[in-house]
Amino acid sequence: MSFTFNQDDLNKIKELKTRYPSPDALCLPCLWMAQTKEGYISIDAIDAISEQIGLAPMQIYGVVTFYTMFHLQKPDRLQVDVCKTLSCKLCGSDEILKHLKSKDVYVNHVECLGSCGTAPMMQIKDKNYENLTNEKVDAILEELL
Amino acid sequence: MKECKIVSRKFSIEGSHTLEVAKHHNAYRSLEKRGEFTPTQMIKIIKDANLRGKGGGGASAGEKWELMPQDGDKPSFLAVNCDESEPGTFKDRQIITYDPHLLIEGIILTCYAIKSKHAYIYIRGEYKEYQDILQNAIDEAYEDGLLESCDITIHRGAGAYICGEKSALLESMEGKRGHPRLKPKQKEPEWFFGNPTLVNNVETIATVPFIIQNGSDAYREYGTHCSPGTLLFGMSGHVNKPGVYESEFGVSMLEYIEHFGGGVKNGKKLKAVIPGGVSCGVLTARECKDLTLDYEAMRTAGSSLGTGGMIIMDEDTDMVAVLKNILEFYHEESCGQCTPCREGTGWSDKILQKIVNKRGTKKDLEKLFELADVMNGKTICVFAPSVSSVLISFITKFRDEFERAVS
Ligand SMILES: Cc1cc2nc3c(=O)[nH]c(=O)nc-3n(C[C@H](O)[C@H](O)[C@H](O)COP(=O)(O)O)c2cc1C
Ligand code: SF4
Ligand code: FES
Repeated sequence: MSFTFNQDDLNKIKELKTRYPSPDALCLPCLWMAQTKEGYISIDAIDAISEQIGLAPMQIYGVVTFYTMFHLQKPDRLQVDVCKTLSCKLCGSDEILKHLKSKDVYVNHVECLGSCGTAPMMQIKDKNYENLTNEKVDAILEELL
Repeated sequence: MKECKIVSRKFSIEGSHTLEVAKHHNAYRSLEKRGEFTPTQMIKIIKDANLRGKGGGGASAGEKWELMPQDGDKPSFLAVNCDESEPGTFKDRQIITYDPHLLIEGIILTCYAIKSKHAYIYIRGEYKEYQDILQNAIDEAYEDGLLESCDITIHRGAGAYICGEKSALLESMEGKRGHPRLKPKQKEPEWFFGNPTLVNNVETIATVPFIIQNGSDAYREYGTHCSPGTLLFGMSGHVNKPGVYESEFGVSMLEYIEHFGGGVKNGKKLKAVIPGGVSCGVLTARECKDLTLDYEAMRTAGSSLGTGGMIIMDEDTDMVAVLKNILEFYHEESCGQCTPCREGTGWSDKILQKIVNKRGTKKDLEKLFELADVMNGKTICVFAPSVSSVLISFITKFRDEFERAVS
């Protein structure tokens, strides 16, 4: 399946180019546009971005693999990011992680997401869910699945 | 404890993230003062206030601003650091959700002082929810004609702690992997595509309007001589009321925890505090006893103030498990450029896993010290030296516990 930017995307890219000293800077913004569209970054998308901003596909690929939020594969289940860093751990993230094991979701362990004061927490589709308990997790997933 | 609200003044006002409400509460008033000062004069005010960077390092903001050329032939840029990834830190998030216009106001003033026509806000990818609030505020500011003197563009990161380091942040904005750059010997600005660039933390920039509006002396009325002003200190972990509460520098740490945090959870005793994000050395309850919250006192105590995000641990906390948890973070987040850091974090993490699994030996503790030594002072950025001091602080201060774990 090939990847193309639609006219809206192209206008956005054109506008963004005026905001930076070099089109190289559009690498991350374009990757976000691609991932928002398709849920992951396909090799075709990398080629399309390369065409727009002039960076070599290999360099863009190297960028994709550096940042943990970019995915090279289409997700097959709902992704749940659970923070396992210190403040969350002190407040019971192990319990939440254990509880999530029984659910039909892809549990991704992540490092501190800046919700330490409302720990434990998880993030699903860019949205934070905080002060979690097992019951709360059940209710949230019921709504999303 | 004295109430100080310089940056958090509007946090509890309903709807304060909108331009209408913010303006009703005097947002953008400091811009009226802008015309009274030349850029150089404005820098002097910030320098006289001794505003110190609030992203963790505490460097003088004024001195950094002075490094920016006032009449260069290249464009100057401002990059606002909203990467906020230091575990235990969640203060910049409060600013951009509750008072984004304060940040925009600070950006307009800062751009005026360093003669920049464009500011970027580099925000961590996981803050999309808050990024949307901030973008709305920027759109409102554009519509209201507030951004005629400078543009503001949000640049979204994609999950890499190291991109909070200022040169890695700029590499990332240049469309590359977030690898920190080698530091020059002399003092100079940062560079964005070869153009002079100032990198400051969100909270630093959000403090600028108060100082410009009220003068440097007004800011210095708060805090101590060397650490003037206030900070959005925060608490998480085993504390009754975790959260972010602004306070002046120099107050007693334990009083702060008691007053704002309601003390340790479940009536337990305090065991230890990590004062400002996990990269600061741990402090035992005894060390916290007469400690004050300012850069100098923290240094003297052998730790650092960092971002002011304190992690509180009660008497039942397993310090071996805590250190293992922190090393896991470092192992995950090392950018991998320097061998001592890449290998050292991985190896220490593995050894600690072994100790947690009750298969560790005395030799393993020695090995951790060796690794700490290897990681100190031999790398491109200060990530590895921080890991080193964290390792040493935990094992020396809780020696008994670590020895018990390997016997
Ligand atoms: C590993 C590492 C991570 C950092 N992360 C952040 C961060 O998330 N946010 C931040 O403002 N500064 C961070 N810093 C500090 C920045 O390099 C830089 O000093 C700071 O943004 C400058 O702003 P300030 O002087 O206003 O504090 C980090 C530094 C290091 C070494
Ligand atoms: S010390 Fe670690 S994080 Fe810093 S540049 Fe070297 S490898 Fe990267
Ligand atoms: S430690 Fe989990 S959000 Fe910070």
